[in-house]
Amino acid sequence: MIDKIAASVAEAVAGIPDGATVMIGGFGTAGIPNELIAGLIEQGATGLTVVNNNAGNGEQGLAALLKAGRVRKIICSFPRQADSHVFDALYRSGQIELELVPQGNLSERIRAAGAGIGAFYTPTGYGTDLAKNPDGSSKETREIDGRHYVLEYPIHGDVALIKAERGDRWGNLTYRKTARNFGPSMAMACRRTIASVHELVPLGGLDPEAVVTPALFVSRIVEVPRQPVQAGGFIQEVAKR
Amino acid sequence: MSYRRRSKDELAARVARDIPEGAVVNLGIGQPTRVANHIPADREVLLHSENGILGMGPAPAAGLEDYDLVNAGKQPVTLLPGGSYFHHTDSFAMMRGGHLDICVLGAYQVSTGGDLANWHTGEQGAIPAVGGAMDLAVGARETWVMMDLLTKQGQSKVVAACSYPLTGVACVKRIYTDHCTLACGPQGLMLLDLVTGLSHAELEQLIGLPIAS
Repeated sequence: MIDKIAASVAEAVAGIPDGATVMIGGFGTAGIPNELIAGLIEQGATGLTVVNNNAGNGEQGLAALLKAGRVRKIICSFPRQADSHVFDALYRSGQIELELVPQGNLSERIRAAGAGIGAFYTPTGYGTDLAKNPDGSSKETREIDGRHYVLEYPIHGDVALIKAERGDRWGNLTYRKTARNFGPSMAMACRRTIASVHELVPLGGLDPEAVVTPALFVSRIVEVPRQPVQAGGFIQEVAKR
Repeated sequence: MSYRRRSKDELAARVARDIPEGAVVNLGIGQPTRVANHIPADREVLLHSENGILGMGPAPAAGLEDYDLVNAGKQPVTLLPGGSYFHHTDSFAMMRGGHLDICVLGAYQVSTGGDLANWHTGEQGAIPAVGGAMDLAVGARETWVMMDLLTKQGQSKVVAACSYPLTGVACVKRIYTDHCTLACGPQGLMLLDLVTGLSHAELEQLIGLPIAS
């Protein structure tokens, strides 16, 4: 019997090695797998490379992982925010490496890893400072049908931590509203994908027409309670049930 | 010179006036978000948000916020009937693939040829952040900029060549400002309108560049 359900967050995140590349879903308050991040902090893996749209907010979630000194490098599109003080301090003191990537290139590089693409030409970033490699050399470019493109390589991950809404023991997932964001692409791009859901349903309990991430992209699934106010929470519909 | 600059709402209304019925539009974070408030109620426009919304509606009433439903600026929003959700990679394919009619962005500088600088001042110690700006700038069929014409020090933000790091090359078609509306591109600047009381010659003096009429 295929059963990917973990009994606890600790069981779900067990075995993430030091030095792993960890993709973490979420955008704004939507889709951040806070429970899995807390589990990763508890689990203790260090020297991590984290892939996320941002670089942590306040003191919770990804910011807490950074503050615990577990992250060597972050690959993201938008690190600077009003409450990104944990990242800001680490960056300014040279304690964390930053690879800044335009958001669509970030997402497409993640997808490309999951789709078996060797590299791809994108118009985004052409002629800008982000069409350069970390050593300052220019990335490869090519003119195709009169338009200029930059060659970008996939980002492969060891582990994805993503937040979905409902799932089953095979690992099929559905999402809720804009909490979907990076989840489906990250689930494809990593050797091991760990998903938290707010509701586990029996096989057949998800409408197959509505499954967004099919089972084969998911390795472990764990149920976590809804948090009514924080990320992933929602006020009205919880109250109505 | 005796003229009054457009207020932020007047500028947003000016941009909204040029958005046609049926357009698919992405409004960047900051000032451009305000344009949504000025699209006439009888004009159907589909608003796209980079984090996976097509058919985005206005902010919810206080107390009805759903933190699973936020916009690119990470503020709670709503979904109109007919709206849809999708994942990030599809959302950016919509941009890069040329499926958006218009995007409206803020800017630090725009060059006469349509180069855009809006993501980084390049200052020492400043932490860079780009988000979706580069994807939007080159992806939408038309990229419009809305901004104040002058910096706080009175320098024109419309320039011969951007001194700030570029977001995109030759991508801006129109520049909406508190003083005027301009077209830009390979042919240089062209005046579309200007506020009452400001003359064409005075505007050229403020910008320091020739503007075709």
